[in-house]
Amino acid sequence: MSNVYARISRESLWDNNIVFAQILGMCPTMAVTSSATNGLGMGLATTAVLLTSNMIISAIRNIVSEEVRIPVYIVIIATLVTLVDVSINAWAHDLYKVLGLYIALIVANCAVLGRAEAFAAKNPVLPSGMDGLMMGLGFTFALTTIGAVREIIGAGTLFADAHLLLGQAFSFMELKIIPDYKGFLLMILPPGGFLVLGFLIAGKRVIDRNRAQRAVVAETPAAEPVAS
Amino acid sequence: MNFEKIRSSLAYQGVLLGGTALLTTAALALAARATDADIHAAEARDMKQSFAVVLPGQYDNDLLKDTLTLNGPNGEVTVYRARKAGQVEALVYKVSGNGYAGAVDCIMGIDRTGKITGVRVIKHRETPGLGDKIEAAKSRWIFAFEGKYLGDPPADKWGVKKDGGVFDQFAGATITPRGVVKAVKGGLEFFDKNRAQLLDGSAPKEVTHE
Repeated sequence: MSNVYARISRESLWDNNIVFAQILGMCPTMAVTSSATNGLGMGLATTAVLLTSNMIISAIRNIVSEEVRIPVYIVIIATLVTLVDVSINAWAHDLYKVLGLYIALIVANCAVLGRAEAFAAKNPVLPSGMDGLMMGLGFTFALTTIGAVREIIGAGTLFADAHLLLGQAFSFMELKIIPDYKGFLLMILPPGGFLVLGFLIAGKRVIDRNRAQRAVVAETPAAEPVAS
Repeated sequence: MNFEKIRSSLAYQGVLLGGTALLTTAALALAARATDADIHAAEARDMKQSFAVVLPGQYDNDLLKDTLTLNGPNGEVTVYRARKAGQVEALVYKVSGNGYAGAVDCIMGIDRTGKITGVRVIKHRETPGLGDKIEAAKSRWIFAFEGKYLGDPPADKWGVKKDGGVFDQFAGATITPRGVVKAVKGGLEFFDKNRAQLLDGSAPKEVTHE
């Protein structure tokens, strides 16, 4: 059983990562990743939605009929997003001022509906929750990475304004990587998002290919004695 | 009749969709009720913070509760009045200009003589790195308005340098500062036009507004 969870984790975090492998959820990905902090905040909010939507949809999977499942899922997801939205507005208002505009975009993230349809509708509650959590963390990892690259090249800082997201205790994360940096506007603007995403996807492909080649090399000597 | 069969019947779809809508609406209504007070409190705290920034000094009333609604250049303007010993000493209100990418909302403070005590941009969608120098966190540009009034500079000089005025524009972004300068000028003209009414403190001290 634990094997199943390990497989779900590896699939979600790396092999089948929402952004780097499935290339889903591009709308929030491009919109918020102008800084690492924004990417992290958006990723965590999406994780909360993915976790709860997967568990609820899995719990009701037997009473939802094939014909109207999509509207049912969408209404549930939209409700959860709105709940996250008002909660952040009420209880983390400083964070809301940073992310407010983008929270509603989570509804438009087809990865959430995608996980509902591809996993939660066919699996029990616990694995579905695990899938939602890990997919969300994989999404968070991707957004934070893209945000970090864009922020370092674009503004010379890393995790600027992190205290708004995580509280004063985390202001140590706010780094100035390049002192007296004039900034590189292209990276902060939308084209920078596409450029960085393209390079990161290519980078992931290279890593995956090298790993596959190493695996083949490791297997061949064992196969040789049989051939000769 | 087994559940499989019921589940594919036409009536079941309606019941399912209706039930989902009912439950989710109920959840949203509950959440709205549970968060309403906190959201209002957080917004009021925000407003108080921006009051303190554009209107330095101590006043002895609650600005949020001492408001006046007048017709301004772009519809109704809610004016927050700051008093000392009952007399209206200064005013805070929002003004809005047209930037490069839509409205630029500012909040400005003005004392009873018509001098600006401070201006801050509270909401905009200008280009990062170009137009966003109107933010106090990015540039000192917005502080140029402090102490200015209609007459210093004279009305025809209330513009960016490119238009023959006295305020700087930014390299690569003229529309944004032009919009802000115009909005602030509009705010001053609004004060000028309604001066008597704005400074008349005789209106009931506690005015509720929508």
